[in-house]
Amino acid sequence: MRWTWFHRLASPPYLYALAARLTPWFAWPAALLILGGLYAGLVLAPPDYQQGEGFRIIYVHVPSAWMSLMVYVTMGVAAAVGLIWRMKVAHAVAASCAPIGASFTVAALVTGSLWGKPMWGTYWVWDPRLTSELILLFLYLGFMGLRAGFDDTQRADRSAALLAIVGMVNVPIIHYSVIWWNSLHQGPSVMRLGKPTMPPAMLVPLLVLLLGFTLFFAAVLLVRVRAEILQRERAARWIGETLRA
Amino acid sequence: MSAFLDMGGYAAFVWPAYLVTLAVLVLNIIWARKSLARALQAARRRTAAAGEDS
Repeated sequence: MRWTWFHRLASPPYLYALAARLTPWFAWPAALLILGGLYAGLVLAPPDYQQGEGFRIIYVHVPSAWMSLMVYVTMGVAAAVGLIWRMKVAHAVAASCAPIGASFTVAALVTGSLWGKPMWGTYWVWDPRLTSELILLFLYLGFMGLRAGFDDTQRADRSAALLAIVGMVNVPIIHYSVIWWNSLHQGPSVMRLGKPTMPPAMLVPLLVLLLGFTLFFAAVLLVRVRAEILQRERAARWIGETLRA
Repeated sequence: MSAFLDMGGYAAFVWPAYLVTLAVLVLNIIWARKSLARALQAARRRTAAAGEDS
């Protein structure tokens, strides 16, 4: 096994240039998939036999909720890599993840609440799924607040990384909350063992959106990582050389 | 068209949900580009200042 790619990624100028080059390759497919998926979800997918047209909230709620978890896992893994191998750019990735993840956690909570009102009769209940998702938002905000509390980037990196790693226990709790506890929230219908419980006409737009949102995250992350690297490497000579080039 | 906008009576929930999600998508693009623009500006200022020193 050759690890040269790993070492190259750890080099700030290499990652900076790579991120700039890769961004459009994620951004444009993401834009097409999201627009196509939203159109399919709003127009092409048939209404649900129980929830009628109201079920269409699924096409914004599930991708947002997926992002809230996927971004957190990315952040936690990056933080762990940064802590274990003392890799600065990994901390830059973790720091870039937090505002993205926090914003989609808000979207998941708000869209969920807007879905809950007509279907459950309430905007909010202290249900295991809803509560653990709210804790996820606090983990993101705590991570960002902790970073902002340090003047020294290295100490901010290390403390925030610890918080991110400890907070990872919340991820399986959110996912399995609807199975472990009696929850008002419905069980998994896409990410489950065996077949999904939705017909293809409803499922395909959702899968398109899940992929689109994931690529969107990659594109936004790459832009943010470049900003982080520029700030962290402000004393480095390669920046002047890159900017002049 | 008005039937579509009515969303089978769920308009008051479906459209705000889509609006919030679209807003989060757009804001993420704006915030990310802004942070990169700011970082680039600061880096350019520093390189210019360093160039004058030498």
